[in-house]
Amino acid sequence: MTAVEPAVAPNPQDHFTALVDWACSQIQASETLLATYTGEDSDFVRLNGGAVRQAGSVRQRSLSLDLIEGSRHADGDIRLSGDMAIDQARVAELLDQLREIRAVVPEDPYLLYATDDASSERIDRRAIPATDEALAAITAAGSGHDLVGIFAAGDTFSGFANSLGQRNWFQTATFNFDWCFYLRADKAAKNTYAGFEWNDSAFGTKVDWSTQQLEALKREPVELSPDNYRTYLAPAAVRELTDMLAWDGFGLKAHRTKSSPLLRMATDGATMAPGLTITEATATGTAPNFSDTGFARPDSVTLIDGGQLADQLVSPRSGKEFGVETNGANTWEAPSSLAVAPGDLAATDALERLDTGLFVGNLWYLNFSDRAACRTTGMTRFATFWVEGGEVVAPVNVLRFDDTIYRVLGDNLEALTDDAEVLLDPGTYHQRSTDSTTVPGALVSEMSFTL
Amino acid sequence: MTSALAPIPTSVGAVGAPDTAAALTAWISTEVDFCSLRHVARRSESVEVRDGVVEPVSTSLDEGVMVTVWHQGGLGYAATSDISQSGIEATLAQARRWAEATAGITVIDGPPAAAIEAAQGHFETDVTTPWTTTTLADRIALLTEVESQLRIDERIVDSAAWLQRVDTDSTIVSGGRLAASTGAITQRTRVVHPGMMAVANSGSNTQRRSFGGGSFNGQGGVEILERFGFGEAAPRVAEQAIELLDAPNAPTGDMHLLLAPDQMILQIHESIGHPLELDRILGDERNYAGTSFVTPDMFGSYQYGSPLLNVTFDPDVAGQMASYAFDDDGTPAERQYLIRDGVLERGLGGAISQARTGLDGVANSRACNWNRPPIDRMANLNVEPGDSTFDELVAQVERGIYMETNNSWSIDDSRNKFQFGCEYATLIEDGELTTTVRNPGYRGISATFWRNLVGVGNRDSFTVMGTPNCGKGEPNQVIEVGHASPACLFADVAVFGGDQ
Repeated sequence: MTAVEPAVAPNPQDHFTALVDWACSQIQASETLLATYTGEDSDFVRLNGGAVRQAGSVRQRSLSLDLIEGSRHADGDIRLSGDMAIDQARVAELLDQLREIRAVVPEDPYLLYATDDASSERIDRRAIPATDEALAAITAAGSGHDLVGIFAAGDTFSGFANSLGQRNWFQTATFNFDWCFYLRADKAAKNTYAGFEWNDSAFGTKVDWSTQQLEALKREPVELSPDNYRTYLAPAAVRELTDMLAWDGFGLKAHRTKSSPLLRMATDGATMAPGLTITEATATGTAPNFSDTGFARPDSVTLIDGGQLADQLVSPRSGKEFGVETNGANTWEAPSSLAVAPGDLAATDALERLDTGLFVGNLWYLNFSDRAACRTTGMTRFATFWVEGGEVVAPVNVLRFDDTIYRVLGDNLEALTDDAEVLLDPGTYHQRSTDSTTVPGALVSEMSFTL
Repeated sequence: MTSALAPIPTSVGAVGAPDTAAALTAWISTEVDFCSLRHVARRSESVEVRDGVVEPVSTSLDEGVMVTVWHQGGLGYAATSDISQSGIEATLAQARRWAEATAGITVIDGPPAAAIEAAQGHFETDVTTPWTTTTLADRIALLTEVESQLRIDERIVDSAAWLQRVDTDSTIVSGGRLAASTGAITQRTRVVHPGMMAVANSGSNTQRRSFGGGSFNGQGGVEILERFGFGEAAPRVAEQAIELLDAPNAPTGDMHLLLAPDQMILQIHESIGHPLELDRILGDERNYAGTSFVTPDMFGSYQYGSPLLNVTFDPDVAGQMASYAFDDDGTPAERQYLIRDGVLERGLGGAISQARTGLDGVANSRACNWNRPPIDRMANLNVEPGDSTFDELVAQVERGIYMETNNSWSIDDSRNKFQFGCEYATLIEDGELTTTVRNPGYRGISATFWRNLVGVGNRDSFTVMGTPNCGKGEPNQVIEVGHASPACLFADVAVFGGDQ
């Protein structure tokens, strides 16, 4: 593949600064303006069977404005061109529109925005590879394999500004190669290699691991009957469970409106395992440390502490509604940098401790089968193995589990591995995600499989 | 490529400036084998009232251009929100560079003939009562009234009513050295998403009831609200949420299962729609959304369901969410049977997937927005009505359950082993609806489930619906799709209830 030079784009931080300064100059003395800027300059190369299915680039910038006067306000989003003349015209039109809306809406009792100047800047642009160079390494590694996946790379950025003078800027350059080596049908070795700097040796180690797993998948698969099985969940599988908890499990509003899947921890004294501690670890994550309303996020918020329900993520709006101080959570009060504290099981001893049971590399398509009871269902996917005497015996055809997380990460949680893995979110809905999850593997004495 | 062309006229003030197609067409280059420019301008408004408080009203204007270039056997794309002259010029050049860089290493060697036909045409949503006949104050007043009707009991701990409108204007121009002419397609859709929900709680028991689980939506104007009875639904939604608090759990066991249209939408989507997507069958989605238990040899002979099962791809249904005249590759869309009398006939794949598989498909190569390339998607995928009244379906059941409104969905990556849950259910005993039960769920296997279809409702229960949240693709895309169905009856289904 020949080199594909990126299209030249204006510096996004300069564009952000100039545009929000101009926008703030357009408001009236009685008004306050909040502005959130997001964007990316990304390359995407999609692969199937080692060949390119689709390859291209996406350049996009957006601006959200919240125009406030007293307790009345209105929100609006516009896509930005990058051309100041076009963008100023759009901002001017949006400000007029927001004033018209504001004249109609009643006062908002839950309006809350930052008034302390918490300006900040974080720029982390190291040595992500040129896309053609990365693809050369990827296609070489995939030679002889049925390689399918996506390579995404480039800059993502977000900024916050208000008419009180606060400015925040966050920009990172990252890559994320999310791929499988397929053996046949639904049997595959899934892996990811993501970060801020490409390292051939680190990538090679990942490829070697996938190749070894592919060898194990070549054995004749076994079909297990629905039953309860002793199970080891690899970090990627544990992430799927914590993603479910993140769906209204940790937000203040969900708790106060009795909609949280962790409702029983609040009402019935239900607990998770004493060894389970979950935090929103902003300081060690890869997401911005400020919210879209300008509040700084604390370095860490403890959500589950030794198996007990602890603090909640509190958006400014929920904070005002329920009389709780905000901790800079986003509107959905979902974590962006969730971390599960590691345990004491050496990761290299996981199979030996499992002894006989299921090794689950990945879970897939989870949902609540009884939300109020935190009962969750989902499928095994990619590489799942039957293990006997600490040795892999054979791959297992896909199984459906249906169990409460109170059992899986509670009564039945025997151990967490001592090596929590940092998993950068490969998600690209709307734009590339900056979220991350840090999770260890989990040894579970019994997990219920139903289909 | 030329650099002396005008910028794309910005749509500020009105979605879809009329001269957009002309401006885009001027950028078509005959220096490449084939290229297309797809401009999308989208305006939306969201209004919500929750627990008596008007949430912040929000508006959105989105606009950008996707350029696709086929050249020397390669295929590349570039998308930008920079619609200035320099922005379009740089994006065209970038797409061409991607095409040149991928020549000889793509899954298909050059464009299929059907993908380079430069089509002409227009589509526009048929709107009976435009939103311009109402004011924002009217919409807030309506939602305030609806939401207030949800707060009927102190056990209602959360309630909300909302209304979202999305106007999308899409313009696709295409041409190039291999094209016989230059084409231009304009499509204007006007979509409405009304919704409401009531959350009832007693201790550790929480029950949520909604307005069709978000499926009661479609293309049109104010009349969409009337079509689904939005103004009258709130008391029933709230009463059923309260009713569920004291209802027993759904039973466990194998029994007849009668599904309402607002659960059929999910059943169709997950266990017919996704398995029939040709790009999944080709393996494009194996790293993310998954593969399919359907294989190319099944088309034309595989007994997908009972003889009562008839499924169509139908882009012509007035008012349905994904009605259109052309897909985003510019292929004219027309109604096709995918499954007829239970036999699998045709897959869901656009021109490129059809060329790669040699199978017949449909015009369903769609992108969620200007910033994503088209892939095979569902559009309007409908189960055709049968000849049974709802009462006749109930009457033939000795022991069974009737479920309404999806609230949980999970299926394996081959789209075979599934488990779904619903908000509300009623037992069927000796041919009659009897006791309300809560936390109903069921599980099955796609490959056998549809063969147990033993009753299909007639046009009386046939409901045209849609969902805005179908996720798929790398990079990820979430898109709106349409589904229509009558109530349907299945035999011998594994049913279960909740933990409490």
